[in-house]
Amino acid sequence: MTDAVATVETEKTRDIRKRWLLSLPALLIILAAASGPLLIVVAYSFLTPGPYGDVVWQPSLDGWINVFLEKDIFDDTLSLASAHISIFVRSVVLSLVTTVLTLAIGFPTAYFIATRRETTRELWLLLITIPFWTNLLIRTFAILEIIRNEGLINGLLLRAGLIAKPLQMLFTDGAILTGMVYVYLPLMVLPLYASMEKLDFRLVEAGYDLYATPFKVLRRIIIPLVKPGIIAGSILVFIPALGAYVTPSILGGGKNLMLGNLIELQFGQGRNWPLGSALSIALMLIVMVALLFYVRNAGSQGSRQHG
Amino acid sequence: MKRMTSTIALAAALLASASFAHAEGELNIYNWGNYTSPEMIKKFEDTYKVKVTITDYDSNDTALAKVRQGGSGFDMVVPSQNYIPIWISEGLLLETDPGKMENFKNVAKEWANPDFDPGRKYTVPWAMGIVGTVVNTDVYKGDINTWGIIFDTPDELKGKVNVVPEMTDVIDAAVLYNGGKKCTGDLAILKKVRDTLVKAKPNWVAMEYGTIEKMGSGDFAASSDWNGSAFRQRLKNPAIKFGYPKEGFVDWSDNLSVLKDAKNVENAKLFQNFMMDPENAGMNSGFHRYANGIAGSDKFMPADMKGAPEINVPAEFASVGVPSMTCPPDVQALYTKIWTELQK
Amino acid sequence: MARSFSVRRQRGFTTIAMVCFAALYLPIAVLVFYSFNAGESLASFDGMSLRWFEKAFQNQQVIDASLRSLQIASIAAVIATIAATMAALATTRTEPYRGLTMKYAFINQPLMIPEIVTAVALLIFFARIKIWTGYSGLGYLVAAHTAFCIPFAYLPIRARLENMDLTLEKAAADLYATPWNAFRYVTLPLLWPGILAGFMLAFVISLDDVVITEFVKSAGQDTLPTYMLGQIRRSITPEMNAISTLFLGLSICVVIVFFVVNRNRA
Repeated sequence: MTDAVATVETEKTRDIRKRWLLSLPALLIILAAASGPLLIVVAYSFLTPGPYGDVVWQPSLDGWINVFLEKDIFDDTLSLASAHISIFVRSVVLSLVTTVLTLAIGFPTAYFIATRRETTRELWLLLITIPFWTNLLIRTFAILEIIRNEGLINGLLLRAGLIAKPLQMLFTDGAILTGMVYVYLPLMVLPLYASMEKLDFRLVEAGYDLYATPFKVLRRIIIPLVKPGIIAGSILVFIPALGAYVTPSILGGGKNLMLGNLIELQFGQGRNWPLGSALSIALMLIVMVALLFYVRNAGSQGSRQHG
Repeated sequence: MKRMTSTIALAAALLASASFAHAEGELNIYNWGNYTSPEMIKKFEDTYKVKVTITDYDSNDTALAKVRQGGSGFDMVVPSQNYIPIWISEGLLLETDPGKMENFKNVAKEWANPDFDPGRKYTVPWAMGIVGTVVNTDVYKGDINTWGIIFDTPDELKGKVNVVPEMTDVIDAAVLYNGGKKCTGDLAILKKVRDTLVKAKPNWVAMEYGTIEKMGSGDFAASSDWNGSAFRQRLKNPAIKFGYPKEGFVDWSDNLSVLKDAKNVENAKLFQNFMMDPENAGMNSGFHRYANGIAGSDKFMPADMKGAPEINVPAEFASVGVPSMTCPPDVQALYTKIWTELQK
Repeated sequence: MARSFSVRRQRGFTTIAMVCFAALYLPIAVLVFYSFNAGESLASFDGMSLRWFEKAFQNQQVIDASLRSLQIASIAAVIATIAATMAALATTRTEPYRGLTMKYAFINQPLMIPEIVTAVALLIFFARIKIWTGYSGLGYLVAAHTAFCIPFAYLPIRARLENMDLTLEKAAADLYATPWNAFRYVTLPLLWPGILAGFMLAFVISLDDVVITEFVKSAGQDTLPTYMLGQIRRSITPEMNAISTLFLGLSICVVIVFFVVNRNRA
C-alpha cells in the first residue's frame, strides 16, 4: 500500500518539476531583460543624485523620503508630498475609468466575435487587430483630427446647422478617455474573446430552459464563466494605463502631469534618478500587492470548477 | 507544427540578417530628430565615400544618459550649448580642435570663441535660435514682444495660449519676466516665479509641442516657441508673427561634437570641417530653418530665409538676449520642484 | 421546445459591437485619407496627391526604421508567444504549489512598472554588456521587446487555458498518448485561439514601443516609433500618414494570406 502512496507522491513532484521546467524560458528571459536589471533601479533609489543626472555612489535615503514627504520650497515646512499624491490619484482614476469603459465596450464586442460562425470568427478577430497595427502616435493624431475644433465632427455638426460654434472637445478629460479607450481596447477584447470562445452554450441554454431572462443568463452564467478573461483583460488595461502619458498629453493638452510624466521628469530635466527610481519601485509594489489580491480572490473560484 | 517550424526558421533568418554589413568608411551621428538635411548628408557621403547613419534623440538628457553609459556606437553628437560644459567635464568629448581646422575661418566672429567652449576645441556650431513668443496677429493686435502674452494673458488670447513644456525655457522666461537673472537661486524671485506660473496656467489651453500645426489650424492663437518654428508658421499664415520678449529671452545653440570613444574619428573630423563650409551650413539651414553660426552661409540659404525677422534679430532687441547656460544642481532642483507644483 | 430566438443573442450586444468596429476604423479612415492630402497641414484637405508616398519612399531613414520595427516585432512576438505558452501551461489548472504565485507575479512584472524605469535599467545593464562583449547588434532590442511582450501573450493564453476541459486530455492519456502527443494533437489545437490572440497582442505591443527602444538602441537602430518621436518636436507631416497607410496595406495583405492558409487547416 505504501508503494501506491509513494507513486502518487513522486508523480506529484514530477509534475511540479515539469511545470518549473516549462516556465523556465519565460522566467529566464524576463529575468535577463526586465526584472533583473530592476535590481539596478532598486540600488539607485538608495543613492545620491549626481550633479547632472545619473547617480553618485553614496548611500542616501533622500530618494525614498521625497516620495512621501516634501519640504515646501520657500518656507521649509515638511508635509506630505501632495503633488505626488494628486498625480498618483489622477492616474489611478484615469486607469480605472478606462478599464471600466473598455470592459463595457469590449465585452459585447468580444461576445459578438465569439458567437460568429467558426469560419468567420478569426476574420473578425483580425479585423479588430488591424487598426492596432498602425503606430500609436499616428492613431492618437487621427483621433485629434476628428475631435478638434476644425475637425471632422465639428465640421459635420456645423454644416448640418446643429451647432453655431465649434464644440471644444480637444484638450478635455473626455478627449483623454476617448484616446485611452481607443488605444487599450484590443488589450481587453483579445483575452475576453479567448475566454468566451470556449463558452459552452449548452449551459446558457439550460439557463433559458429554467426560464431565466437574457439579462439573468448574462449575469449568472456567462459572466462567471468568462471571469478569467475579464481578469486578464482588466489587468492588461489597468496597469499599462497607469503608466500612460503620451496619449493623455497629446489629447489632454499636457497641462497636468501623469505618473509616467512625473517619473520621466526625474530621469530627464529633473536630474534626480534616485527619486525617479524610488517612485517607480513604490508604484510597482503597490500595483503588485493590488494585483495579487485581485487575482487570488477573483481567480481562485475559476480554478475550483475544473479539476 | 510544420507552420511553427517554418515560422521559427524565418525568424532565425531575420535575426541573422540583423547584423550590419560593413561599409568602406562609416560615420554614426546622434542628433535631434528632423534636424539634418538629407541632401547635405548625401553630398558628404559622395564626397568622402563614407556611409552615414543618423540616430535620433528628442532631449539633451536622453542623449547624455545614453552616451554616458557607453557602448552605444555613436561617433558624433549635437548637444545644446548649456550642456556642452557637462559633456566636457565628464570627459565624453574628444578634443578635435575645430578651431584649427581649415574651414574655421568661416565661423562668425561672435561664435568663434564662446564661453561654453573657449577656442572651439571640441565643437562646431550646427544651429542656433531663440525662445520667444509667437502670436496670431489677427486675433490680438497689441504688443507681442513681451512675456506678458504667456504670463499675463490679454483677454483676446485667454484660453487660446499654449506653452511648450520645456521646463528650463518656461522657468527662464518667468525668471526674466520677474526681473531676475537666468539661473538665479534667489528664493524671493523664485517665489514670484512660482506664483506667476500658477496664476497664468488657467489661461493656457495646452502645454505641448505641436505649435506649427496648431497655430496654423487655429487651435492656438499664441504660444511660447522657437524662432525657426515661428518662421515656418508665418510661411503658412502671414498673420502669425514672432515676438522678441523685451524682458529678456534666451539664445541657444546646438553644437556638433565628436565622442571620445568614437570609432570613426577621421571621418568625424572631416564632417566637422565640412559643416563649417558656408555652402553646407546654408544647405542644412534650409532644411531645419534655423540660423547657423557660419558667416557667408546666407548666400546658400533659400530665398525666404534671407532677411526673415525670425532669423535675424532686430537691432533693438540684440542686447536683450541672454545666452543659455547650465544652472547649478541645487538651482535645477528648485526649478524641478516648481515645475512639478505647476503641473500637479 | 422550439425557440424564437438564438440562445447566443444578448440584447444590444451586436449593436454595440458594430458601433465599436465603426468607431475603431474611423480614425484609420481619416489617417488614410490625409495621406493623400496634397497640402502639408493635417488641418485642411487640399486635394489628392501621392507626394507623401513618394517622399516616404525616398526617405531612407524611414524605410530603414520601418523594416527594423517589423524585424524586431516578428522575432520578439514569436519567442514571447512560445515562452508564454509554456509558462501558461506551467501555471494553470493546478492546485497552488509552492512558488506559483511568485511565478505569476514575476511573469507579469514587466507590465507593472512604467516603461521609463525599465528603459533606464536596461540602458545601464546593456551598456556594460556592450562594452564587455563589443556586440551591439539588434539582439538587445529583441531581448528587451521579448521580455515585455511575454506578459501580453501570457494573459490571453492563460485565460483560454483556464476554461479548457481537462477531460479531453485525460482521455488522450487513457488512449496511451504520450504527453507530447497529447499536447500536440489535443491541447494545442484547443489552445490555438488563445495563442493567436497572444501573438497578435505581442506583435502590436512590440511595434508600438517607443520608450524602451529609445534608451536601448545603439547607433543606426531607430525604429519607426523612435523616428516619429524625433519628428514630433519639429513637425508632423502627412509623410507619417503615408507610412502608416503603407503599413496598414501590408498588414491587410498579411491577414488575407493568413486567412487563406488557415482555411485549408481545418
